[in-house]
Amino acid sequence: MTALSTYLSRDWLLSETPSSRTHAAWVRRYRGWLQFRGNGLAMVGLITVIVMIVASLAAPLLAFQDPSAQDLAGRLAPPSAAHWFGTDELGRDIYARILYGGRVTLGMVVAVVLLVAPIGLAVGCIAGYFGGIVDRALMRLTDVFLAFPRLVLALAFVAALKPGITSAVIAIALTAWPPYARLARAETLTVRNTDYIAAVRMTGARSGRIILRHIVPLCVSSVIVRVTLDMSGIILTAAALGFLGMGAQPPLPEWGTMIASSRAYILEQWWVPTIPGIAIFIASLAFNLLGDGMRDVLDPRQR
Amino acid sequence: MLVEIRNLRVQFPTATGLSDAVRDVSLTLGQEKLGIVGESGSGKSLTARSIMRLLPGNARISADRLAFDGIDLLRADEATLRKIRGGRAGLIMQDPKYSLNPVMTAGAQIAEAWRVHRGGSRKAAGQAALDLLTQVQIRDPERVARAYPHELSGGMGQRVMIAMMLAPDPELLIADEPTSALDATVQAEILRLIEDLVSRRGMGLILISHDLPLVSHFCDRVAVMYAGRIVEELAANELTRAKHPYTRGLLDCLPSLTHPQARLKVMQRDPSWLT
Amino acid sequence: MTASRVRQTLASVASVPLTLFGLILVTFLIGRAMPIDPVIAIAGDHAPPDVIARVRTELGLDKPLPVQFAIYMGQLLHGNLGNSVMTSHPVTEDIARFFPATLELATVAIIIAILIGVPLGVVAAWRQGSRFDHVVRVVSLAGQSVPVFVLGLVCLLVFYAKLGIAPGTGQIDVAYEGMVPPITGMLVLDAALEGDWDSFWNAGSHLVLPSLVLAYFSMAYITRMTRAFMIESLAGEYIVTARAKGLSATRILWRHAFGNIAVRLVTVLALAYAGLLEGAVITETVFSWPGIGLYLTGSLLNADMNAVLGATLVIGLVYLVLNLLADLAYRLLDPRVR
Repeated sequence: MTALSTYLSRDWLLSETPSSRTHAAWVRRYRGWLQFRGNGLAMVGLITVIVMIVASLAAPLLAFQDPSAQDLAGRLAPPSAAHWFGTDELGRDIYARILYGGRVTLGMVVAVVLLVAPIGLAVGCIAGYFGGIVDRALMRLTDVFLAFPRLVLALAFVAALKPGITSAVIAIALTAWPPYARLARAETLTVRNTDYIAAVRMTGARSGRIILRHIVPLCVSSVIVRVTLDMSGIILTAAALGFLGMGAQPPLPEWGTMIASSRAYILEQWWVPTIPGIAIFIASLAFNLLGDGMRDVLDPRQR
Repeated sequence: MLVEIRNLRVQFPTATGLSDAVRDVSLTLGQEKLGIVGESGSGKSLTARSIMRLLPGNARISADRLAFDGIDLLRADEATLRKIRGGRAGLIMQDPKYSLNPVMTAGAQIAEAWRVHRGGSRKAAGQAALDLLTQVQIRDPERVARAYPHELSGGMGQRVMIAMMLAPDPELLIADEPTSALDATVQAEILRLIEDLVSRRGMGLILISHDLPLVSHFCDRVAVMYAGRIVEELAANELTRAKHPYTRGLLDCLPSLTHPQARLKVMQRDPSWLT
Repeated sequence: MTASRVRQTLASVASVPLTLFGLILVTFLIGRAMPIDPVIAIAGDHAPPDVIARVRTELGLDKPLPVQFAIYMGQLLHGNLGNSVMTSHPVTEDIARFFPATLELATVAIIIAILIGVPLGVVAAWRQGSRFDHVVRVVSLAGQSVPVFVLGLVCLLVFYAKLGIAPGTGQIDVAYEGMVPPITGMLVLDAALEGDWDSFWNAGSHLVLPSLVLAYFSMAYITRMTRAFMIESLAGEYIVTARAKGLSATRILWRHAFGNIAVRLVTVLALAYAGLLEGAVITETVFSWPGIGLYLTGSLLNADMNAVLGATLVIGLVYLVLNLLADLAYRLLDPRVR
């Protein structure tokens, strides 16, 4: 017990003379955390993101109504004690739909990131490590995907696949990986010719092992920063696809789709399309604030 | 007195409070050549830049007196300071690769310095720039005036820098390690040029360096700085009579052709020097 | 200009056809992967089998994929993107008709974004860490976070419905429609050329809201990049030199610090302009602005694949050209050797 408390003390975490490699790593992390904590906006972002994740996970507990229960008699009701955010064009509780919509949005974000980060890392590290013709071919491919505005290419993909959440996730992923590939390639190029990679190569390690065990880990921190900053872009693209009728399909409570189906009521019952709009804005802003703060700590060069 | 410094203190805020970079430094300078010697981080550059109030934005500066030709620099307004900067005191920095503006031609940068302090037409300033380039012994001033800094060699760039700082005819020149980034052969030429210009124009000079023999050869007086303090100040020709152990240590660890040693001495630092 | 710089510049120009080829290949493959059978779209659901077979042969769909691609390329070289099912015009004609409106909107938007974004970024960098800097940071982060369609809808609600100071959707009031003969296709410009000032003011007032919404979208990006570049530039040694020369703060800021980032900023501005194409797709949908974005989303909802692929290809092409211009600007204008 006493041993644990020494490890968790401030002095141990701020030590100028770390006693081991792990200790030094923790000192570095704690200093980064202190710097991050000093950035008020970033903390606001972090707390909002946490609240959002908890709220969507606990949506069934927090929502008092079924998000798809219709009540045509009480449609387009203004916010009240029974319906905190009012009801939509089919009399469904907007508060419940926002909570469940958070699940859809965050789920799409997670799915995209899980698809994109490994693809980008693989392409970038392989291109950077092998160089030559492999590099040129892969980078040309990256350029082609970068040559379209992201939303336009995603729209074309979705149109070819069939509108829906799965297609939207695939389409966003297909358009989002090239920057990761570029990033990973740039990082790989800086370490490719270092002595320690040469040392690993001389021990007879195969390329696959060198890339996986020695190069990929070095790219991870900049990829994490990039992912956090990209999340808001993914949220906006997903919402835009939903708004254009190409993403999640009604009656699924996706924020962009909710705006699209209630757009006609903007002039009379303005809160019906505006509240999901505010939800998108807050989610996207929170990730931007968080990513901005993380970049300051993890990657001061990019400021 | 051209420059008077009494108890100058420069501090920087850090995570654990203010940290002293320059501590209680006092100096005076007339029409003479003063060398300031010390290792990296000893506060020599900050001391010299304080005279032009050119410290980084987060630096805190205080002094009992900090004056240039009788003008109190700590209370002077921005307009007064701007007349001193460049106009009455020039600063030459270490590496022309970074200290010259990369997207302006050498001629334009010199002409700008001229016009700010002397006014006149663009054409007159351009002519003055060519004339200044000739004065710093550049053979082909037209070509150099049209060149961008990256097209010039290090020695050439440093000549441009000198020409720029001499443009308004200052009374004081601060040279902050002016030759550290240059090749050994060019170093001597640049130093000779500075010496020549300083004595011809009757300017005061502060030469900052980590090279003790070079400074003593070149200057009238030498101040040795260690950890933000002046630990010793003496006439250049009396260097061999230095008393402070840090100065002695610096001298002892130099190799000599006339008195070869099997093994050079290593400086033993004493924590008491810090107090 | 040195020989190596010429070579690099040529290389960046030479890579364009290759990227363009990839672009065409991608759109072609998207078109072939679509779930709607183009034969049934043309011949109808209940056509007899021999008609379906004939149409299939006519369209070249019975041939192997590479041959189909060669035919597609051949048609493209003749400027043939096929016919739109929705408008029953050739897609190229449609795009030529819709594109100028997008150009008009995007150009006005980028001008507003530059005029506001660049000075904000410069001053925020100069006063780094000040209250002003924080406000600029929040405003630009908000601009990057707000969905363009929400901003558009809210602006319509507030300025059109509630305050009544802005006109509604569309490029011009219905009463003025068709009064100005198309010359450039940009309504405001055409009206001015015709000397039809009533139409000019009407069309101009319709342009204000969508272009402001679109401008905020890219202003955020421009401000952040300008600020980041300026902070880096202000930390340069040459800024110390400029101060040591006794220059005024304004001159140090604009001539020396800004002068050093100007070329890089041109690159950013070209990319921001290209990025506006993306924002335009959504803005045009919200404001019923008859540009290529509206054409694209309209075709999408009608599963009009020729139109979708044509519009995607054209937008990709414009994007590519702007990227190339950004790259060339960087290489040709910067006196430093890369």
